Amino acid sequence: MPELIAKSALEGRSSTSGTVTLAEVAVGPITSIAVFPGGAKAVAKGLKTLGLAMPEPNSFAEKKGARIVWTGRDQAFLIGVAPPVLEGAAVTDQSDGWAVLSVSGAGVADVLARWVPIDLRLAAFPVGRAVRTQLNHMNVVILRVGDHAFEVMVFRSMARTAWHEVETAMHMVAARLGTKI
Amino acid sequence: MRLTCPLCGDRDRREFYYYGAEDYLHRPVEGAPVADWDNYLHLRDNPAGVTKDLWYHEAGCSQWLLVTRNTVTHEISAVELVAERKA
Repeated sequence: MPELIAKSALEGRSSTSGTVTLAEVAVGPITSIAVFPGGAKAVAKGLKTLGLAMPEPNSFAEKKGARIVWTGRDQAFLIGVAPPVLEGAAVTDQSDGWAVLSVSGAGVADVLARWVPIDLRLAAFPVGRAVRTQLNHMNVVILRVGDHAFEVMVFRSMARTAWHEVETAMHMVAARLGTKI
Repeated sequence: MRLTCPLCGDRDRREFYYYGAEDYLHRPVEGAPVADWDNYLHLRDNPAGVTKDLWYHEAGCSQWLLVTRNTVTHEISAVELVAERKA
């Protein structure tokens, strides 16, 4: 077997404009957990070994480098660790299918608000919230990881488009604030 | 127009795809008379008032939604998950 080298979609690049920084983050393995009808108990037991549970809708949780993100009805993504043995769910590796962008800095909500049709202000979108929505016309999962920090999960095939869109919005917001780009 | 998805919450119209009348949930059983199939596939009411139709939350949770709305007042009175409706 040849040794294959996994490459990230955006080669770990980063960019700063005004007060906001955009960067690709390496999050490690991404595993989809889709619970079968009646499988909830078995899944809960498996996730307990990591100290996690299936998240409530529109939320994510973290424990010792492992993150679990709500991605749909009876479905979640386990990120950052190899999945434990899980009975009662369809468990599939999605690691190579996604690119994760970190967008952070003061005024970050104003940047994303240019593309995202939901209220991203801290009061409406607190830390720990994760939603499925759109970035322009791309389906994304958006996580609030800090007061001024989001992570945007996008299909790998759209990574460079998403990067371009966010970077453009960063320039426009910076220009409006009179910050030198 | 905005819809309150039972899972995702209050969302903009652009996240949803319109499918059609609720009738699509009531598929005739195999061997049903031709008239039932005709009704299922082609005959639709066009009410001025309360109507129920199917929407797909394509940019959100990917769930089918059963939306009760009023075509006169534009009021949306209920949004339910098709997957969890009582048959």
